[in-house]
Amino acid sequence: MTLPAMLLLPLLAAVLSAVPRMRFVAPGVTVVSSVAVLSLASATALRVASGTTVFALRGVLSVDGLSALIVWLVSLVGTTAAVYSSGYMARTCAARPRRLGLYYANYNLFVFAMLAIPMVVEPTLVWIFVELTTLSSALLVSFENTQEALEAAWKYVGLSLMGAAIALLGFLVLFSALQAAGGEPYTWEGLVKAAPRMPPALLKAAFVLIIVGLGTKVGLVPLHTWLPDAHSQAPSPVCALLSGIETTSVLYVILRLLPMLDAALLPEMRDWVVIFGLISVGVAAFLILQVRDYKRLFAFSTVEHMGIILVAAGLASQAAHYGAMYQILSHTVTKSFCFFAAGAAVLTVTTRNIAAVRGLVRRSPAAAASLLLAGLAIAGAPPLAVFLSEFLILKAGIYEGRYVVVGLLTLFIAIAFFGVLLHINRMVFGRPSSETFQAQALGSHATAAAISDTLPRSCELILLVAGALVIVLGVYLPGPLHELLRLASDTLHR
Amino acid sequence: MADPPLTAALASLNALAGGLFLLTAFAIVATRQTRGCLQLFIVQSLLLAASAFILGAEYQSLHLVAVGAVNLISKPIVIPWILRRTLSAEVYARREIDQVLNIPTSLLIALALAVLAYFLTLPVLSAVAPQFRSANVPIGLAGLLLGAYTLAVRREAVPMLVGILAMENGAFFAGIALSRDLPLIVELAIASDGLVLVFVTGVLVRAIQQRIGSTRVGELVSLREQVPGAGATSTEEAA
Repeated sequence: MTLPAMLLLPLLAAVLSAVPRMRFVAPGVTVVSSVAVLSLASATALRVASGTTVFALRGVLSVDGLSALIVWLVSLVGTTAAVYSSGYMARTCAARPRRLGLYYANYNLFVFAMLAIPMVVEPTLVWIFVELTTLSSALLVSFENTQEALEAAWKYVGLSLMGAAIALLGFLVLFSALQAAGGEPYTWEGLVKAAPRMPPALLKAAFVLIIVGLGTKVGLVPLHTWLPDAHSQAPSPVCALLSGIETTSVLYVILRLLPMLDAALLPEMRDWVVIFGLISVGVAAFLILQVRDYKRLFAFSTVEHMGIILVAAGLASQAAHYGAMYQILSHTVTKSFCFFAAGAAVLTVTTRNIAAVRGLVRRSPAAAASLLLAGLAIAGAPPLAVFLSEFLILKAGIYEGRYVVVGLLTLFIAIAFFGVLLHINRMVFGRPSSETFQAQALGSHATAAAISDTLPRSCELILLVAGALVIVLGVYLPGPLHELLRLASDTLHR
Repeated sequence: MADPPLTAALASLNALAGGLFLLTAFAIVATRQTRGCLQLFIVQSLLLAASAFILGAEYQSLHLVAVGAVNLISKPIVIPWILRRTLSAEVYARREIDQVLNIPTSLLIALALAVLAYFLTLPVLSAVAPQFRSANVPIGLAGLLLGAYTLAVRREAVPMLVGILAMENGAFFAGIALSRDLPLIVELAIASDGLVLVFVTGVLVRAIQQRIGSTRVGELVSLREQVPGAGATSTEEAA
């Protein structure tokens, strides 16, 4: 009964955090529950990697390779962000401790919804949990209650819910396609089995509606406009969740549909997936060049990486799909670290303006070192995980003979690499001018009262742990994790 | 299946409900008053419930009747109640003088969207079995597109929220014709999700109103790539 326990723990923590008198224990409760969920998720992932499907109720809650990977990543980021929150929020929210209860209640609810998405196998129920991720994170995005944060939250809610309504119609059309084929239950597995007998027009319509609708929430161009706003305005640990894993857990739903296209013999739909992904990578790469806010920089990089994963999943070979899974793993680990590093920088310099931060290495070596590692890692510098996964994808593309796709992807990745490191390099090593000091004095953030050169202990701990994970995954992939990625990549094709 | 004359009568009743449903979608695009928008949404939800009841009677499906009942309770009663609890009455009294486009232009675009919806659903309708071919599908898609359009051109928060809810109504209007035996638990979950949606957006709009003194959310445009001040928030915030 590990699966229901993993869902009940965050719910319980959410309820406890919402009780007004309990708000002093809310950070502790959240950390304890997320550590418990992480250990349960690791145990589940190990069992799945050894070849068993873990299920609580067949046809309702069930975990296979792809689900186990997403569940494990959600619980991993859920834990690191919870520990990071305890120090970060205590410092930035010191003036308004009453709001902390609200923060942790929504935080746990948000993690609950993201854990439920991969576990539930009925598509319309999955849709409800996707909707719940939006609703529980909306008040986290607006948490700082500044005009910008409220604006970002409104855009986020408006566009995500719009996309969700489109996706809902898609899931209803999918259900009617399943009924037309007859005989299979409305689960991911049943859909793949019934796909060859479905009317192609219905399947295509459902797929287009779902990829447009949920693509909005993943941040695929052209409906990505809310993403850099929401992912930059939220408190940094929330950004780590939003950018690191929320986008991926929604992308998971789109990935679930891909084997149906193979089963229904609609290979041309896969090409559309590749094109959709390439557009996102390309647009994001150029947008990265011109950002002025370093949290927006990482947010645009999320759009880029979602595009890369979609391109890899859209290719046909097993190797490319393994690359897509590896990219999901490396992106989640690296991007959450990026936002932890950005949060450390925000705590130190109290501004998110790139131009206002020069020579961070002299101000706070810890923040500067982690920001530099984050920039190198997410841009895809050689010994690190993102480089490996991108390399695998490009190699698989060449083996498949998709030279145009590989060429464009390489070009866009190179542009993004240059863009990210240009900004980060200036921030870390740049020479501070009198102008920047002025900008620093003016451009202070909501945390101005908490200005300090030392970081909270819990933030330093998480920077160390997450940073170590980023480095280790680049050089060593544990056996069970490799097996899990391989199993997950089998879910992407037939 | 009921006997033939009754079926024909029910089918034309359903077509009437569909026509009125489309009309309310147009009216939501064109209405200036916030209160009027909300009332139109209530009428639209009633028509959705009516269509579910009619289809339920036509195909003897208890499940569709239940869908209609859920809609009848949640949308016309509970959602306006939640909005009244979360937002001040002043928000409802607002009129929107300037939309992004003027109303005749808006209606022309809305008309084009409805025609587009009709042509987009032709291949889908020819693929499904005859008993699922119903005017609900193109009308539902039109409702979805018009809701999205409302969301795009409005600037006041509550009409934008009505746009989102109207999109969901549209999806359901098509859905009740296409997928009749969706498990009831899913319907209930979707209905309660709608309530949470309204609550969360209501809380957000209230926060915006308190902080900025306006609910004209369409005019919040400080987060753009051109403006360098994304990090330059007000300093008094920390106090």
